[in-house]
Amino acid sequence: MAIEGIDLVKAAAFLGAGISMGLGAIGPGVGEGMVAAKACEAIGRNPQQAALLTRTMLVGQAVSESTGIYSLVIALLLLFVV
Amino acid sequence: MDIELQTLIKVAAYLGGGMAIGFGAIGAAVGEGHAAAQANRALSENPGISGDIVKTMLVGQAVAESAAIFALVIAILLLFLQVPAPTLLKAASLLGAGLCIGLGALGSGIGSGMPAAEACRGIARQPQLMGRMTTTMLVGSAVCQTPAILSMVVALMLMFINFGDAPIVKSVALFGAGLCMGLGAIGSGMGSGHPAGEACKGLARQPAAAGPLTANMLVGSAVSQTPAIFAMVVALMLMFLNFGDVPFNPAWAAFLGAALSTGLSAIGSGYGCGLAAGASCEGIARHPRNVGPLTTIMLVGQAVAQTPCIFGLLVSFILMFKAFPDTAALAPAMALLSAGLCMGFGGIGPGLGNGMTAEGAIRWVARQSEHASLLMRIMLVGQAVSQSTAIYAMVISLVLIFVI
Repeated sequence: MAIEGIDLVKAAAFLGAGISMGLGAIGPGVGEGMVAAKACEAIGRNPQQAALLTRTMLVGQAVSESTGIYSLVIALLLLFVV
Repeated sequence: MDIELQTLIKVAAYLGGGMAIGFGAIGAAVGEGHAAAQANRALSENPGISGDIVKTMLVGQAVAESAAIFALVIAILLLFLQVPAPTLLKAASLLGAGLCIGLGALGSGIGSGMPAAEACRGIARQPQLMGRMTTTMLVGSAVCQTPAILSMVVALMLMFINFGDAPIVKSVALFGAGLCMGLGAIGSGMGSGHPAGEACKGLARQPAAAGPLTANMLVGSAVSQTPAIFAMVVALMLMFLNFGDVPFNPAWAAFLGAALSTGLSAIGSGYGCGLAAGASCEGIARHPRNVGPLTTIMLVGQAVAQTPCIFGLLVSFILMFKAFPDTAALAPAMALLSAGLCMGFGGIGPGLGNGMTAEGAIRWVARQSEHASLLMRIMLVGQAVSQSTAIYAMVISLVLIFVI
C-alpha cells in the first residue's frame, strides 16, 4: 500500500478530529454533571430559591461547556477546512 | 523480515499473558487495600470484636481477589498454550484474550473492595449483625465480579474456539472483541461497588430496612451492569458474525472503531449508574419510608446516565454493518477508527457526569421527598446539558462515517 503525502495528511486530520472531540467531551461532561449535582443538593436544601439556583446552574454549565465547543470547532476545522 | 506464524503466536500469547495479569492485578490490590484500611479504622472503633472484623475483612478480600485470580489463570493458560495449527487469527485472538481479562478484572477488583470495607465498619458499629452483614457483602461483591466473569468468558472463547480460515481482517475483529469486553467491564465493575458498599453501610444504620435495601442494591447494580453487557454483545458480534468478504483496508479500522466506541463509552455509563444506585441505597437507609420515590428517581437517573453508552453502541453497529468500499488510501480507514475513538472517549465524561447529577438529586429526594418532582426536573435539565458533549461526539462520529 503506497501512502501519498496528501493521503497521510488527511488521515492525520481525521484522526485528530476524533481525538479532539472525544477527549474534549470528557471534561465538560464531568464538570457539568458536578454543577448539576450541587445544584440539586442546594435546591433540596432550599427549595424556595429553585429559580435562582437553576439559573446559576445553567450559567455555570454554559461556561463549562465552552471547552467542549472549542473541541467541536477544532474537530470541524480539521474535518472540513484544513 | 520473515516471521513464522508459530513465532507470532508465541509473541501474542506472551504479550497477552503479561497484560492480563499486569492490568488484572491493579484493581484487586486497590480494592483489598481499601478494605484493609477501613478494617483498621473499624478495629480502632471497636477493638473488642477484632476477630469478627478481621474475618469479615479476609472474606471480603478473598472475593475481591477472585478478579485477579481469573486474570492469573488466563495468563498461565496463555503462557503454556499449545497451538497445533497456528494462524494469524489465533495470534490476534490470544492478544485480545489477554487484554480482555486484564482490563476486565480492573473494575471488579476495585468495586468488590467497597462492600468489604463498609461491612467491616458496619460490624464495628453493630456487632450483632455479623451474619446478615456477611450475606449482604457477599451478594454485593458477587454482583461486582460479574463484569470480570463476563470478560473471562470472552477471553476463554477467544483462546479455545477455532475461528477457521476466515479472511485476515477477521483477526482485527477478534482482537477488537477482547478490547471491547475488557474496556466495557471497567465502569460496571467499579460502579457496582457503590450500591454494594452503601447497602452494607445502610444495614448497620437501619437493620430494619434490610429487605428494601437488598432489593434496591440488586436493582441498582443490575442496571449498572448493562454497559458491560452491551460490550459483551458487541464482542460476541465481532467474534461470531460472518462479515463475508469485506475489503481489508477500511474494514480493519471499522472493526477496531466499533470495539472502542462501545468499550470506552461503557466506562462512564457503568460508573455513573453505580453512583446513582449508591446514593439510592444510602437514602433508603436514612429514610426507609421514601423507598418509592427513591427507586423511581434512581431508575430515571440511571436511564439518562446510560444514554452515552447507547450512542456508543449505535456507532458500533453502524461501523460493523455499513458496507465500506475497498480503497488503497489511509484516510478513509482513519476516519472510521477516529469515529469509534471519538464516540468512545466522548461518552465517558457525560456518562459519569449524568451519574453524579443523579447522585446529588437522589440524596436530597431521600431527605425531602415532598420536593421529589422539583428535584427530578432540575436533575433532568442538568443532565440534558451534561449530555450535550456526548451528542457533539456522536455528530462528529457520524460525520466521519457518512460525510467524509
